Amino acid sequence: MFTTKSFIKKNKIGNFLKNVREHYIRDDIYCGVPTCNKCKNVSTSNLSSAHVNKCSLFKFNHFIILDTNIILDQIDVLEEPFICNVIILYTVLKEVKHRSLPIYKQLNAIIENPSRHFYVFINDHHKDTYLLESEGELINDYNDRCIRKACSWYINHLPEAKFVFITDDNNNRKLAIEENIPACSITDYVKHLDSSSLLEDKLSRKDHGPKEGIDIFPPHLSHGQLLKGVKEGPLHQGTFRASRDNFLEGFVNVEGYEDSVLLQGRNGLNRAVDGDIVAVKIFKKDDWVCPSGIILEDEGVSGENIEDVEEKEKALKKSQITQNNSEIRPTGRVVGIIRRKWRQYCGILQGASEGLFQIFVPADRSIPKIRIETRQGEFLKSQKFIVTIDSWPRYSRYPHGHFVRALGRIGSQETENEVVLLEHDVPHSQFSEEVLNCLPKLPWIITEEDEKKRVDLRSIDICSVDPPGCTDIDDALHCRPVDGKLEVGVHIADVSHFIRPGTAIDLEAASRATTVYLVNKRIDMVPELLSSNLCSLRGGEERFAFSCIWEMDHEANILNTRFHKSIIKSKRAMTYEEAQLTIDDKTKTDSLAESLRNLNKLAKILKKRRLDNGALVLASTEVKILMDSETMEPLDVEAKKMFETNSMVEEFMLLANISVAQKILQDFPDCAMLRRHPTPPASNFEPLVKAGKHLGFDIQIDCGKNLATSLDNAVKHDNPYLNTMLRMLATRCMLQAVYFASGTLQKEDYFHYGLAVPLYTHFTSPIRRYADVIVHRLLAVSCGSDCTYPDLLDKQKTTDLCQNLNYRNRMAQYAGRASVAFNTHLFFKGKLNDEEGYILYVRKNALQILIPKYGLECTLYLVKKGEESLFEYNEEDQTQRAGNVVLHTFDPVTVRLKLDSTNIQHEKFTLQLVKPFIEGFSVSPMNELESNKMDVDSTPKINKKRKSENSKSSKKNKPK
Amino acid sequence: MSRKKELLSRVGLRLDGRRADELRRIRCKLGVFTQPDGSAYIEQGLTKVLAAVYGPHQVRSKQKAQHDTCIINTQFSMAVFSTNERKKRPRGDRKSTELSMHLQQALLAVIKTELYPWSQIDVYVEVLHGDGGIYPACVNAATLAIIDAGIPIKEYVCACTASLGNNDIPMLDVSHQEEVIGGPTLTVAALPMSGKIVLMEMSQRFHLDHLPKVLDKALEGCKDIKAILDEAVKNHVREMGSSTGWANTTS
Ligand SMILES: [Zn+2]
Repeated sequence: MFTTKSFIKKNKIGNFLKNVREHYIRDDIYCGVPTCNKCKNVSTSNLSSAHVNKCSLFKFNHFIILDTNIILDQIDVLEEPFICNVIILYTVLKEVKHRSLPIYKQLNAIIENPSRHFYVFINDHHKDTYLLESEGELINDYNDRCIRKACSWYINHLPEAKFVFITDDNNNRKLAIEENIPACSITDYVKHLDSSSLLEDKLSRKDHGPKEGIDIFPPHLSHGQLLKGVKEGPLHQGTFRASRDNFLEGFVNVEGYEDSVLLQGRNGLNRAVDGDIVAVKIFKKDDWVCPSGIILEDEGVSGENIEDVEEKEKALKKSQITQNNSEIRPTGRVVGIIRRKWRQYCGILQGASEGLFQIFVPADRSIPKIRIETRQGEFLKSQKFIVTIDSWPRYSRYPHGHFVRALGRIGSQETENEVVLLEHDVPHSQFSEEVLNCLPKLPWIITEEDEKKRVDLRSIDICSVDPPGCTDIDDALHCRPVDGKLEVGVHIADVSHFIRPGTAIDLEAASRATTVYLVNKRIDMVPELLSSNLCSLRGGEERFAFSCIWEMDHEANILNTRFHKSIIKSKRAMTYEEAQLTIDDKTKTDSLAESLRNLNKLAKILKKRRLDNGALVLASTEVKILMDSETMEPLDVEAKKMFETNSMVEEFMLLANISVAQKILQDFPDCAMLRRHPTPPASNFEPLVKAGKHLGFDIQIDCGKNLATSLDNAVKHDNPYLNTMLRMLATRCMLQAVYFASGTLQKEDYFHYGLAVPLYTHFTSPIRRYADVIVHRLLAVSCGSDCTYPDLLDKQKTTDLCQNLNYRNRMAQYAGRASVAFNTHLFFKGKLNDEEGYILYVRKNALQILIPKYGLECTLYLVKKGEESLFEYNEEDQTQRAGNVVLHTFDPVTVRLKLDSTNIQHEKFTLQLVKPFIEGFSVSPMNELESNKMDVDSTPKINKKRKSENSKSSKKNKPK
Repeated sequence: MSRKKELLSRVGLRLDGRRADELRRIRCKLGVFTQPDGSAYIEQGLTKVLAAVYGPHQVRSKQKAQHDTCIINTQFSMAVFSTNERKKRPRGDRKSTELSMHLQQALLAVIKTELYPWSQIDVYVEVLHGDGGIYPACVNAATLAIIDAGIPIKEYVCACTASLGNNDIPMLDVSHQEEVIGGPTLTVAALPMSGKIVLMEMSQRFHLDHLPKVLDKALEGCKDIKAILDEAVKNHVREMGSSTGWANTTS
């Protein structure tokens, strides 16, 4: 059955415990080479005898055996389909998994692709290639020895086939050659390949070769020293966060310090890249300073010259002397990197330099520029592309990296969408064949079987209310009088009927977690057939739904709740505006209009009750971008219109979510998927309280209810927008709401702060949120219409799933915002106009201005480069004074808006002050006539063309 | 998604190199002591168990004696050095008591107790090293020792564990390492020939969908173990027989 040679492995953990494990060595592991007749080749090997590896270094066709370092460092080269017929040793695979999970996943994808001809050879369980560890041997040396042993075995096993061992470990290569194993480095191998030039660009350069100049960074401590230092105290470990505004500043949150540690200058940052886990040494208290608050951009053009950095470092130093002591923070410097968190970065070429070495500018401003080596500089100048970092030697101002792939032309919608999706890690490839095979066959019909299992609600007057152009309708409503009471129903698309657990489509949806809305593009969580057709509760069509039905009295008290699966036929899919008009039009008395009126009436009561309980009304600037459907250019940007009906739908969705949360928690105390919104720590509210104090309002933050009340009271009649701005600040103090499995937390932590309810979940949007699918499945089990499956009841699985959902949701939100920003920029290109705005924050050298009409937030710099400031900054009162004009937080201003496109990756608005007029600083207003043509508010534009919309609606974003 | 170690690698091997349906190596020997009436030693992987049987003999305390059947007294103990961390005491804790009772339950199912009224059989098992699957090893060792003692049994009683690898594939004979990493473990003691289940225990809850296939796997394991034990018994008998010259006449 199997060879029973067992061995003993000693492992010392902690208190020198002896760990003994078995290790079975087998005789049923095969070489995988198709021409071999020694092995019973029963295993499905992808190795091919037809494929030829053409490398001029070796005069024969060969199979390749890779060392661990090649896979870890050169995964981008391996992803290209040039290197095939590769044998991956199990020793290597295990080591890769241990060192980097993402690379392990990439490698697995390659191995599974049959056209790449990769084969995994389990050398450490094979009777001839298994080696005993020798006394005192380092694990790396042991692994190297195992790899070489496997190479020799292959060579002896199949003398007629050839094998080449590729490694970048010089020592290992030397030993291999001594043992008569043909070996070379990856650089040599790629250079001698037939199609080398593209691959050469992708080579990662870990071995920096000869030193190219003097050291400009301090050295890093060794890994051992770092761990010792962190353990014993003098060093602290934390995640490095680079400042987005100042390339010479960064922060690290470390344990034991309330404020994050401030790092400044080249020596302070010492080659840390945003996201890295670093070890910092914290300076003496006397050297602590506040963040500089100034904005510095890296204007370097080449990798060698550092004069401009030195200059900026001086400027940074100078700015510190003038600081007062109120915001002092611990400072320190990075002494070593514990773990790099380098990923792939989108960006463009700086384009100024010629030759092999170029400077790459990442789109993410918290990432430094990267030096790359490329043979296609001309082409790349017009492209957005992806680069990854390989190393950052001490002598180099910028990290060294290599080209991964091009995304498309700079500035085109498609490229920008791609960049937004990549930068936010949104899975957006086409649905695979496997996923599409899970879809129901058309024509889809409702069978008698279905009718037996579901409650037939087709006769009831149900309608849906959504934003215009919405094709994924996941909710519909009805309300009808029954015995003097009201029956209210919320009907949600029955997505879990189509997406069965464990199928390919289910796994894909779970991984995507949410539909992502960009301005002119929607990345669906489930294929379109479901999202826009079979699941979507379209008007006049029979659809499956999951219904939540309440019996209510006229005061909106719930008397009875029930859930069941149903068949509905929505009478009409309305927009918010249409629904509003129907309600307001007193001449309409049909049952649909009556039902909407009743719903609206109940919703108002519900909302009032909710607000009385301490639910917060928060504000954010959401804008709608009207697109020309043919040219795909933005026609107009406007703040979203809100109707009463928006709030009506929202109230019932909230109510449904709450009712469902109660039900599933009752039946699944351990594994119900719920949503919580943690109470923010008091320190989060500081900017809000401060802003309130300057205006003479006392903002109470001790509990949600007091916060809501004090926000309600903060009204000034001369500035009606002030309250909205305060609410916007309050929104920014909040923490993210998150999904969790009920068994992992204490009951009191289930609380949803924003909505002020003890229990909440997501039930109402299963077409575009995966959490809702899970909740549907739980609820279906609760009401007996479906059965469970193992993962649904596994607390750990649910927790893992929640983590992914939370991450994807956050990223989807950021991606949506980035897309709106890009299109707003596109809209303003080449335009110049004066706009009303408000001061959101007063900073030391700038004002943060909010322009509500476009939902824009821009910086108005008060000091021009090299000029003396006209303004006097008062930190205590948060004001800027110039002559007799004093600018306070929240003051209304008029500014001239212009898009600055000098940096094409970071187009930004430059502002000039128009009103109040300050001699020598402000500009005079533009001609009224001139700006009139830009005025979009005067008459609501009726756009005959099809409009597409950016994000679905505020109701969807509401329960944050 | 999860960073946990996989129980089954993508090439289908477990952490120690076994396939999902393979038992660990079993080595066993009957008659390892001369003092008791029957004894046996078994190794299942690194789990090592000694079993000794005394009896049937007269019941020591008269009150417990029964007129129609014999009492089976089992005692489970674990050597203090048998696990990674030294145990404080070898027996008497809750787990030991529980295992003793489970062992008794398994043996009661096979021993023809009605043949020995007013008597008692003592079964002592001692775990020398525990590396997962302690209970099955004890049951299997006790079966061998009972056979060695010449006590009539209806058939072999064998035990085996099974678990789920990667939440999908049933795995046989779970090692300690796998117990620690992996999900729920199912322990089954069964009469492999008649297919009767004597005892079944789960370390955690299984989802109903998984239970049948894991149970099938465990029963399969019991059958495999029975074959190995049977072989050992036959060898033992042959050896004993050849030393007395008796085996030649029967075979
Ligand atoms: Zn072979």
